[in-house]
Amino acid sequence: MKLEPLGDSAVVATLGSGIDEATMAAVLDFSEAVLTANRRGISDVVPAYATVTVFYDPAQFAEGAADPYDGVCKFIESCVGRPSRAPFRWQAKLAEIPVYYGGDFAPDMPHVAEHCKMSVDDVISIHSSAEYLVHAIGFTPGFPYLGGLPEVLRTPRRDTPRAHVPAGSVAIGGSQTGVYPVDSPGGWQIIGRTPLHLFRPFNRQAAFLRPGDRVRFKPLTRQEFVSWR
Amino acid sequence: MEISVIRSGMLSTVQDLGRRGHLAEGVPFGGAADPFALRVANLLVGNAENAPGLEVTLTGPELEFSKAVWVAVCGAQFENIPSWRPFRVEAGARLIFGKRLQGCRAYLAFAGGFDIEPVMGGRGTFLAATMGGFKGRPVRDGDVIKALDGERHLVGRWSLDERVLPPYSREPNVHVMPGAQSGEFGDALFSGRFLVTARSNRMGIRLDGAMLARSETDELVSTAVAPGTIQVPPDGNPIVLMTDAQTLGGYPRVGHVATVDMPLLAQLAPGDGVRFTRTTVKEAHAMAHASEHALALLRQGIAEKVKPA
Repeated sequence: MKLEPLGDSAVVATLGSGIDEATMAAVLDFSEAVLTANRRGISDVVPAYATVTVFYDPAQFAEGAADPYDGVCKFIESCVGRPSRAPFRWQAKLAEIPVYYGGDFAPDMPHVAEHCKMSVDDVISIHSSAEYLVHAIGFTPGFPYLGGLPEVLRTPRRDTPRAHVPAGSVAIGGSQTGVYPVDSPGGWQIIGRTPLHLFRPFNRQAAFLRPGDRVRFKPLTRQEFVSWR
Repeated sequence: MEISVIRSGMLSTVQDLGRRGHLAEGVPFGGAADPFALRVANLLVGNAENAPGLEVTLTGPELEFSKAVWVAVCGAQFENIPSWRPFRVEAGARLIFGKRLQGCRAYLAFAGGFDIEPVMGGRGTFLAATMGGFKGRPVRDGDVIKALDGERHLVGRWSLDERVLPPYSREPNVHVMPGAQSGEFGDALFSGRFLVTARSNRMGIRLDGAMLARSETDELVSTAVAPGTIQVPPDGNPIVLMTDAQTLGGYPRVGHVATVDMPLLAQLAPGDGVRFTRTTVKEAHAMAHASEHALALLRQGIAEKVKPA
């Protein structure tokens, strides 16, 4: 594990180098171990791909003449090998996300099909038959960075990002796929829309997905999409 | 008490000192872009430092208060509005912000504060998710916002010692700690002045100046970023992330602004300049400690002058 500062109020712990499942599992374990320690002065623990970033209040790590950065690093190192709350992985779940892959909700579907040299039906069938792993949540509230996009569906981002991507849009960006939980700008290729709300600020857990969760997409007909509740 | 918004100004949002504990869900800290100014504005009217106030951007609002109340406006300065000291607004009177004189964001606090329920542990407006604050959006002409009553008794005549304020300037020197990719960018960040562009907001300040050319070309895996992180997208123009910035980033980081200097950036308007100077994490902690110490003294002093009625 390598530790380095992210400014004066956070430390990045790097646990691997690549985007792979073993690294992700280690990242989730360690993230949970740091949270479980429940140390005063730690406000946030953010797992993402190969890193866990720990946000701290320097004033809470400045006891005596101690250097706050050394103090927080010692704390982080003390979490290595610490048993995490069982059963871990935030009770990682397999989530099914229903998607209507058609019409106005899939403005970039023709481009993706053309780029991948396949029919629209093939794009839908391949996209909805893979299982994806949530590597991180960010970009916008609740936005899942999903790994596991079949190589044949890889499509570069749009040259010019859209100023407005509606909430619920399902999209492909390079080797990743994701769902926009709130209206936002975005440069990914939009291939469908889910009626699910992936960010619900009034729920106890606002983000529907968490790092470590697995995701499958289930195609909806237009009728099923319209009548979804 | 109620506050009626006669004119909203360009972008006026209810803000407190932000949310903690939700970065992993993609929800940034948020809250006042210049937390120092909001904290002092609240102290001056006898509120808790974290009470929600109004963050006013570039053009000020026109507000009407249904009851007489003590008000303080800190941060950016506007014509007709006393700055960094409490003043009385009578019932039914209108507080009319004039022309902006300096700074970018003013913080209006009044005894009691807005009556706002917290969302995800914060009362501030998070525009990207239309949540928190007043209906999750900037206030508009015609809005009527509920507020808590707060009677205060102010002792004697006094004013704030301006030496306690951060060194606000239209071209501040901002302290920067190294970022993970600092070594790939040479000295360009520290070599001259950068200009704040109009494409700046609560999410980030986009700068224009020396192009920052990176010596490496590998793509980086996204990791957490923080307010103050200076990212360099492929066009070479640095972006300083601000309080509402996204929580993860994949662009190279050329440095991180010391937390204590974030108020200096929050007060920069388009066209203003900024210069960067090197610091270390250790020095940044020492500066933050000194600033908190000064604020603690201020808090003590004000507590003797502003009392519950």
